[in-house]
Amino acid sequence: MAAVEQIFRATEAAGFGSLIRRSEAVAVPVLALIVGAAVFGLFLLTQGKSPVDFIAYVWQGGFGSAFSWQNTLSRAAPLLMAAMCVALPARLGLVVIGGEGAIVLGGVATGALGAHLAWAPAPLGITLMVIAAMAVGGIWIGMAGALRHYRGVNETISSLLLSYTAIALMNHLVEGPLRDPASLNKPSTAPLAETMRVGPLPGMDVHWGLALGVLACILCWILIERTAWGFAARIAGGNVRAAQVQGLAVGKLVIGFTALGGAIAGLAGFFEVSTVHGSANASLAAGYGYTGILIAFLARQNTLAIIPVAILLAGIEASSGLVQRRMGLPDATMQVLQGIVFISILMSDAAYGRLAIFKPKGN
Amino acid sequence: MESDLGLWAIPLAVIGGAIRVSTPILFVSLGETLTERSGRINLGLEGTLVFGAMAAYATAVLSGSPWLGVLVGALCGAVFGLIHGVICSIPKVNDIAIGIAMMLLGTGLAFYFGKPFIQPVAPDLPAIPLGWWSDLPQVQAALNVNVLFVIGLIAALALAWALRATRPGLILRVVGDSTDAARAMGLRPAMIRTMATAIGGAFAGIGGSYLSLYYPGSWNEGISSGQGLMAVALVIFARWSPINCFWAALLFGGAGALGPALQSVGVTQGYYLFYAAPYILTLGVLIATSSTSRALTGAPGELSITK
Amino acid sequence: MTDFLSKSPRSTLSRRDLLRGSAALGGVAALSGFPGVARAQSALTVGFIYVGPRDDFGYNQSHAIGAAAVKAMEGVTVVEEENVPETIDVQKSMESMINFDGATLIFPTSFGYFDPHILTLAPKYPDVRFEHCGGLWSADKHPTNVGSYFGYIGMGQYLNGIAAGHATKTKKIGFVAAKPIPQVLLNINSFLLGARAVDPSITCQVIFTGEWSLAVKEAEATNALVDAGADVITCHVDGPKVVVETAAGRGAFVCGYHADQSALSPDKYLTGAEWNWAKVYTDMVSATMKGEAIPNFVRGGLADGFIKMSPLGPAVPEAGRAQFEAVKAEIEKGGFSVIKGPLKDNAGNVVATDGQAFLETDPALEGMAYLVEGVIGSTS
Repeated sequence: MAAVEQIFRATEAAGFGSLIRRSEAVAVPVLALIVGAAVFGLFLLTQGKSPVDFIAYVWQGGFGSAFSWQNTLSRAAPLLMAAMCVALPARLGLVVIGGEGAIVLGGVATGALGAHLAWAPAPLGITLMVIAAMAVGGIWIGMAGALRHYRGVNETISSLLLSYTAIALMNHLVEGPLRDPASLNKPSTAPLAETMRVGPLPGMDVHWGLALGVLACILCWILIERTAWGFAARIAGGNVRAAQVQGLAVGKLVIGFTALGGAIAGLAGFFEVSTVHGSANASLAAGYGYTGILIAFLARQNTLAIIPVAILLAGIEASSGLVQRRMGLPDATMQVLQGIVFISILMSDAAYGRLAIFKPKGN
Repeated sequence: MESDLGLWAIPLAVIGGAIRVSTPILFVSLGETLTERSGRINLGLEGTLVFGAMAAYATAVLSGSPWLGVLVGALCGAVFGLIHGVICSIPKVNDIAIGIAMMLLGTGLAFYFGKPFIQPVAPDLPAIPLGWWSDLPQVQAALNVNVLFVIGLIAALALAWALRATRPGLILRVVGDSTDAARAMGLRPAMIRTMATAIGGAFAGIGGSYLSLYYPGSWNEGISSGQGLMAVALVIFARWSPINCFWAALLFGGAGALGPALQSVGVTQGYYLFYAAPYILTLGVLIATSSTSRALTGAPGELSITK
Repeated sequence: MTDFLSKSPRSTLSRRDLLRGSAALGGVAALSGFPGVARAQSALTVGFIYVGPRDDFGYNQSHAIGAAAVKAMEGVTVVEEENVPETIDVQKSMESMINFDGATLIFPTSFGYFDPHILTLAPKYPDVRFEHCGGLWSADKHPTNVGSYFGYIGMGQYLNGIAAGHATKTKKIGFVAAKPIPQVLLNINSFLLGARAVDPSITCQVIFTGEWSLAVKEAEATNALVDAGADVITCHVDGPKVVVETAAGRGAFVCGYHADQSALSPDKYLTGAEWNWAKVYTDMVSATMKGEAIPNFVRGGLADGFIKMSPLGPAVPEAGRAQFEAVKAEIEKGGFSVIKGPLKDNAGNVVATDGQAFLETDPALEGMAYLVEGVIGSTS
């Protein structure tokens, strides 16, 4: 610690004080991650399992090889977009928990449209599917925003209800009107034309959803931090009345941000269908929307922070199989780990600004 | 043996379903009402519900007593609530986020420790045959009311009265409406909120024990399927009133019985849409009864989700 | 079943010791930069993937029992994963088994794993054999390192129906079904046709829950069936435990599915159609170890030991026992058809003309899209 202290003071003396304060935003959660892992280690010891082995397997399964990274990043892709559906409305003080519905319906829109696009050149067809998926997702979550603004309906409950309704609608469509008779025991929409399938990123076994997800995180960060719209949203999120006094169009902000969040979640549905499944079916309701809530809150609704958090979570999930197989632990072990680690990270919010080491001594 | 009821089967199924399915939702929403009235939100009751279900079932299997199971379910729920309450008493810690993490922890621990209890059969909680007056087996079955349902109803009434007319109720409301006012009165808001969250957790644990020890009456990993999360959301729908929680739970349970009942009388198409009835109905009622001018009627002033 | 429950302590212990040894090795290796797989050497590593918990009293458990039988074989290492969804997750689980454990024979046991997941992965790993449960492998469409196997469990539901036909007083039987897919529709139709072989006036009410595993809805569906007058209930959901307990609690008889559920209600349990994957899996694994090829398309029924029936319960009357055993013997002889003309579906369309009969081996049955006359329910 003393060595770190010395380095910090030297950095500060060199005129890079802000670097230290920034490093706090990284150091605190990382420290909390270690503390959480240690608590989980104690849990493992009570179960007669080795925490050292466990950490080794999580590393190996999630991050230890090229395959592990591809496994992790493939899982992270939909989570990035799902988290955005929570983080964007959150800037306005809204708690939206129904992103799953937007993902599912985005996927259905992609499947329904994609099956009829064999005539279209790939760029056009894919653009059309993206627009459809984003529009459907945007409308679905935008509805929660509109209900909030025009009717005063709480968006938390309405988005959850809309999400369950969306899943029912998806099941109805893929087993009824949109069902491909050839899909037999896994009712699905007709398969996408081969040209409408989106391939992997160059040189990797990870689909394009990852790149688009990261891009969306960056663009949304710019939107919120660097544009007038984002500035207005932050004011409205802090105090609606003040925003109205300032003449800000709160209604447009509420509907716009919820719709944008929903549209990005809808994009996740597009990628699930166009890269993984090739058609829309019940596997679209895989729970990404709910995981996204957790990621957004862990990232403190900061869309850039969503990227590392989503990768961490995906890595833990990617290593789950190896842990099950090597240590004879049930799959629920990973949930216990996530619960403990995330509680620890969330508690560390209290530590910001309290650790003396990060406080500039010079002034 | 059974006689054909024709279309009367539908209202009967809705009543029966309301009584059978509503109890866990009622307990979770009552617990959450108590917690939210104190100014905190515990989104993690889904995890508490599932852990309560597992703990109650395991206890009943090992001890042979379902009532001991309910007690252990309640105690485990209280512990989860206490953890949530204590953690959220730390300044700057977000109660919604902790709730989500607790949900993961609760379901994770329940599945982890619940593996050996999927196979054994536990004794069920007893039911009161309120349908004795009827010759129809369907009516008798529908009115086979579990004791916990009755306890839930009494708890709703008692909670409503206590919040309105007792000193602890007043204290809870003051703490929920304004931390500053509560401090000025010499109260300790963090402590009171923690207690309210612990008691709320105990309620959810009892709800879980109903799931595993009465209806559907077995322990497996799909036992709850999101009922706990839904029940937390229903508290907003019920506008933080225990009596409304009772009606909301009945509405939700009854609407859930529509899907199977309609199929049983021959309305066989579009069942997914009928299964969505509880969600669509709740949303419909919510839209009809909300308005921008009284959006926050009944909402505790310190509640993060409605601030 | 009970063996499975207790997870036979002796073998678990030795396996655990083994694991601990290899884990410690792996751990050391891990900290020094992972030189790769540090696992106990054996002739063959076999992977099993389940879509739900492996002790669900039903579908996944039936496969896990099969995996346990493979585990007991000499020279075989078994690796398992449960609760793997039919998404990119299952692709990565399979790859992880191949890359980290050196698995060369994988049994992904859920139907939804086939297309696109197995079909995506198989060309990438030509040396790995993917054996899928329920898929319809076809030589002109699918890779040669993929195989599909299934059992004629509809015959089991037909025998369930015969037991039900003798037990029912109301002449109405009930079926709790997950989704209207061919495998489920064939089971519903077979159940009713079995009962109608006893009494042609019997009808069968079906309720779809829409999900493979949803306890509350399964219980509600069972209650609705009993309320509608059904007094024998069976089901096709992943874990029949809730249906069996709820039906028996309402005083109805039950026929089991996937695994033996008689322990849940010995008095009310008539019989059950069970998978016998232990035989299928040990056969396939020993063939692989001998270097023999497994056919790409494998099917089998009662006679082949792919499926079996739970012992008849005390509630089946003597006449029922006789007919049950007679029909069972006839099925085992081969040439028996459940779906045979003249037969209409419940919308009035002819599905088999007079004299037309579909053998259990007929692939047409694996694309079934109708419910026969006498079934109250709809396919969409």
